[in-house]
Amino acid sequence: MNSLYYQKRLSRNIGDKFFTSLSVICALIAILPLIFLITYILIKGGSQITPELFTLEPNPPGDDLDAGGINPALIGTLIITTIASIIAIPVGVGGGIYLAEYSKGGAFSRFIRFGVNVLAGVPSIIAGVFIYALIVSTKILFGSTYSGLAGGMALSILMLPTVIKTTDEGLKLVPNELRYASLGVGASMYTTILKVTLPSAFRSIATGVVLGIARAAGETAPLIFTALFSYYYVTGFGDLFYEMGSLAVLIYNFALEPYDAQNKLAWAASFILVLSILSVNIFSRILAAFTEKTKRV
Amino acid sequence: MEKKLTLFKNRKRFGIEKNIDIIFKNTALVLSSFVAIILLGIILVVFFQSFESFSRYGLKFLVTSEWNPVKDEYGAFTAIYGTLVTSFLSLLITIPLGVGTAIFITEDFVPKVAREIIGSFVELLAAIPSVVLGLWAIFVMEPFLRAFFVFLHNFFGWMPLFSTEPTGRNSLLAILILVVMLLPIVTSIARDSLNQVPKKLRNAAYGIGASRWKTIFSVILPAALSGIMAGVLLALGRAMGETMAVTMIIGNSNVFSWSLLSPGYTISSMLANQFGEANGSQVSSLFYAAFVLMILSLVVNIFAQWLVKKFSLKY
Repeated sequence: MNSLYYQKRLSRNIGDKFFTSLSVICALIAILPLIFLITYILIKGGSQITPELFTLEPNPPGDDLDAGGINPALIGTLIITTIASIIAIPVGVGGGIYLAEYSKGGAFSRFIRFGVNVLAGVPSIIAGVFIYALIVSTKILFGSTYSGLAGGMALSILMLPTVIKTTDEGLKLVPNELRYASLGVGASMYTTILKVTLPSAFRSIATGVVLGIARAAGETAPLIFTALFSYYYVTGFGDLFYEMGSLAVLIYNFALEPYDAQNKLAWAASFILVLSILSVNIFSRILAAFTEKTKRV
Repeated sequence: MEKKLTLFKNRKRFGIEKNIDIIFKNTALVLSSFVAIILLGIILVVFFQSFESFSRYGLKFLVTSEWNPVKDEYGAFTAIYGTLVTSFLSLLITIPLGVGTAIFITEDFVPKVAREIIGSFVELLAAIPSVVLGLWAIFVMEPFLRAFFVFLHNFFGWMPLFSTEPTGRNSLLAILILVVMLLPIVTSIARDSLNQVPKKLRNAAYGIGASRWKTIFSVILPAALSGIMAGVLLALGRAMGETMAVTMIIGNSNVFSWSLLSPGYTISSMLANQFGEANGSQVSSLFYAAFVLMILSLVVNIFAQWLVKKFSLKY
């Protein structure tokens, strides 16, 4: 009769309690760094935020106490990420369209899908090394060496697999009935894709692409020897062909400076970078959850 | 009747529309092959650039650790060893933590809302740029852990792993920051594969009287193992290639040491440090090191994909 009741002392129950608490501890340890990180970035970075930060050039380290602002780096990050998006989005969406709409699961498309996964696993610094060898050291871009353009190209290599994958998967989720209906009323393949399937997969593709852009905006390794860094304002179109600063490289350079003023600037730049990346992430997550809910109904 | 049919037959698409269709398809085809072109391009370019160093040192490059631009002698053993040690040790810490967290998220210890919040918190960790983690590691983690490292050295200094006096940046810090970076990857993939295990397996185990953790260890984890393994391999690939946070905290010293408390080097941190100022045969040697790194991460990645394909869930 006794065996029908829960017995605390049974070895299986003790073991269960033990492992349960172990997994609770694991979860706590896992979220601890995030909490620490966010608080430090909010406190150390948030306290540095001033209006001048957004308008001034950073001062070269060492000569005076005032570190200046991060305007060139902020603009540089925007420019370099835009260049990367301009390259990666058309190529990625086009490639994804081919994989999802035209290919019939043959050797070619399997090879490309495999290649996409492999490219996604290539270390980001290798993308920088590749662009360095291909563009920076050969001066192929009108004789310029380190340039914002080269940095954008390096980032686009990292964005490409994400864009192709999300397009491919987003299009695969579109029900075939829509395609049949469109082709059935006499629409050609490209009309069907551009007017029917792409629009209905738009939100999931957009979410993936935006996440890819957010990820690229924080990448440093591909930029440190392609775009290098610049202390000066971006003044015109021609600056694309010269060294260009970015928030990520600014954080890297200034974190390693022995001067307090530069370190503070690095924290401020981290604050802005992390805040924008996290808000993009949270926003697209909410959007995705919202889409899922409306679909289910 | 016959006339009507030919009329119908002749109503083909306008030539222009047909051409657009063909052009559209071929453009998409060309764009998709860009992936293959870039991938092959990367492999070929890095290989050819490293050729000079490769023909000079051969495989000796992998086992000698002198890196001396003045004497023009290069060997990448310290960096390769550092890459392997940091990535494997960090994975060793991450696997139990990540899988434990994933189990916590997929079981019903706490209400669903709380689990979802923890889950998305861990995933947000993945969105934080590694350079910011590096900054945090330099100014927060290193001072915070210094006392602990001194303790490690004082009590375990007889072990070669902890034999050096801890002074600032070192390999162990790099390992710990890698753990922070790998946790989200392992956790989210492990969570997905645990969620994919059919409910009836769990119910069957409970039905024959297995306790919760007996069920987890003997039924659910084995069923999800292939997915978890693939996630672990992906994390390994990421750890090997991770550059910024490691470069900022590992100390960047090419002096070989068994101790984790001494500054070290990884291939990627060597590239990040030296590529900008390198010239002559140093560049070629750096490309050689980059080639080694690429092969390492390619092998790990391809193996992970093979594993996913081979053992994808059969339920």
